[in-house]
Amino acid sequence: MNPLEWLPLSWFDFGFMRHALLAILLAAPLFGLLGSLIINSEMVFFSDAMGHAALTGIAIGALLGLGNPLPAMILFAILLAGVITLLHRYSTARLDTLIGLIMAFTVALGVVLLSRGGGFARYARYLIGDVLTITPMELIQLAALLAITLALWFFFFNRLFFIQLNRSLAISRGIRIWEMETLFTMVVAVVVTVSVQWVGLLVINSLLILPAAAARNLARHTTSYVFLTILISMTAGVAGLVSSFYWDTATGATIVLYAMGFYVLSVLLRRR
Amino acid sequence: MPDLQDFNAIHDHVRGKACGGCCTRLVNFGVTINGNTILHDINLHVHCGELTVIMGPNGAGKTTLFKAMLGEIPHTGRLSFVHLDGATAFTKPRVGYVPQQVRIDPSTTASVLDLFAAVLSRRPLWLGRSRHVRENALTMLREVGLDNVLNQQVSQLSGGQLQRVLLALALQPLPDLLLLDEPMAGMDAAGIDLFYRTVSRLRQQYDLSILIVSHDIESIARVADRIIFLRHTVICDGAPEEVLTHPEVRKLTSHPSLHICKLKSPEGPPHESA
Repeated sequence: MNPLEWLPLSWFDFGFMRHALLAILLAAPLFGLLGSLIINSEMVFFSDAMGHAALTGIAIGALLGLGNPLPAMILFAILLAGVITLLHRYSTARLDTLIGLIMAFTVALGVVLLSRGGGFARYARYLIGDVLTITPMELIQLAALLAITLALWFFFFNRLFFIQLNRSLAISRGIRIWEMETLFTMVVAVVVTVSVQWVGLLVINSLLILPAAAARNLARHTTSYVFLTILISMTAGVAGLVSSFYWDTATGATIVLYAMGFYVLSVLLRRR
Repeated sequence: MPDLQDFNAIHDHVRGKACGGCCTRLVNFGVTINGNTILHDINLHVHCGELTVIMGPNGAGKTTLFKAMLGEIPHTGRLSFVHLDGATAFTKPRVGYVPQQVRIDPSTTASVLDLFAAVLSRRPLWLGRSRHVRENALTMLREVGLDNVLNQQVSQLSGGQLQRVLLALALQPLPDLLLLDEPMAGMDAAGIDLFYRTVSRLRQQYDLSILIVSHDIESIARVADRIIFLRHTVICDGAPEEVLTHPEVRKLTSHPSLHICKLKSPEGPPHESA
């Protein structure tokens, strides 16, 4: 007789669930590190646009006849991030307007290219993603992405944080803001693009934003902010994964609902 | 337009000494943005331990001057710093800066300690703040009389407290030149007084050159060594009692119109024009 039988652990018997759990444990710190700075920099809309731009990346990959569209998606995302950074630097248009325009354009272009001949349904999985299909090879990709981000955030987090607090102040401290901001947008672009196949472009931004937004309501300083973001991201991730198994729902969206729950909780717990 | 030689003569007249020892120099300094000349032919020597106030009407280029000195926008001419040990040692000065009315995101999680840790420590903030940084921050906060706010969130500081925290931050590492852009805007009288007394003491203690943009004439007169009246270039430059009692400046400061206070010439009394 198993004394732990009452616990909902049967999901763990499945290989795909164990892979998905590992994916979430890798993605939570990755998304947490990024999300905390995305909110600081008011780039919430940017990361959303990067997710949506994946459609065009996929279309370009398909047009080029690539079996795996990921290289085309990543290149396109980096290009787009560069364009947005340059427009932001040299144009007087508001950043949210620029991003809105580019998001509308890339979604439309992607849909047009992918729907040629009525084949869009084949790509619908990118809309909601599927973490349960993640392969061991892709897990290694995700781990590599986490390692690279950790290394970059080790060296550049403080500078990015300071730029996001006040640009003039950052310049006066000799921080090279354009280089730093370019690096930041590139990392966000790559991480969002790589993750979109597992999370889905409709919900990926919520996973980046919600844990950080919740942690923001509770944290008293930046160390606890990042730590709480990762903790919430991880808890919502595991809870969402297990629930989606029993409820037979899409994992990404289920995780988002948990993250939203944490956000509401954080608002209620928020210090006056 | 004064050339450099004239300027030195005027300056020596005003201060009674040449640019010896350590000082910050601007030579033929100018800023042109999109074809608009905002600043031109600025020649200044700012001595160590000297508190200089920059005044001028709105749009005169005061903030632009600071931004150009910081390297935020490109400039023509030269900015250099001469160290105490010799006139040959021209380097770019290390500049400390307190911006005008810092807008801080009210939802930011940044604590005062985070500000110091972000610029003074190699350790990323998400891995915690070192004891060394904490002590360093406390020392500087004590200088501005605010060691009790170390763990407070930046968004909860009052405007005056924030300006003093930023002042403490600008002193670490110790700059050659400290630029304060209307640091007292939005402060009450007691806050302004405290800020000025702090700045004045720091200048003596650390032998700093300090440039302050300010419209607050009454407080300026008590602490400034020198006032520069700026309107696209240096219009007049002298000791506070000379500049402030000048009838044109009085007129300008009571109702800021487009009057120009004509350059003081060392030979005779200043002549004026509207």
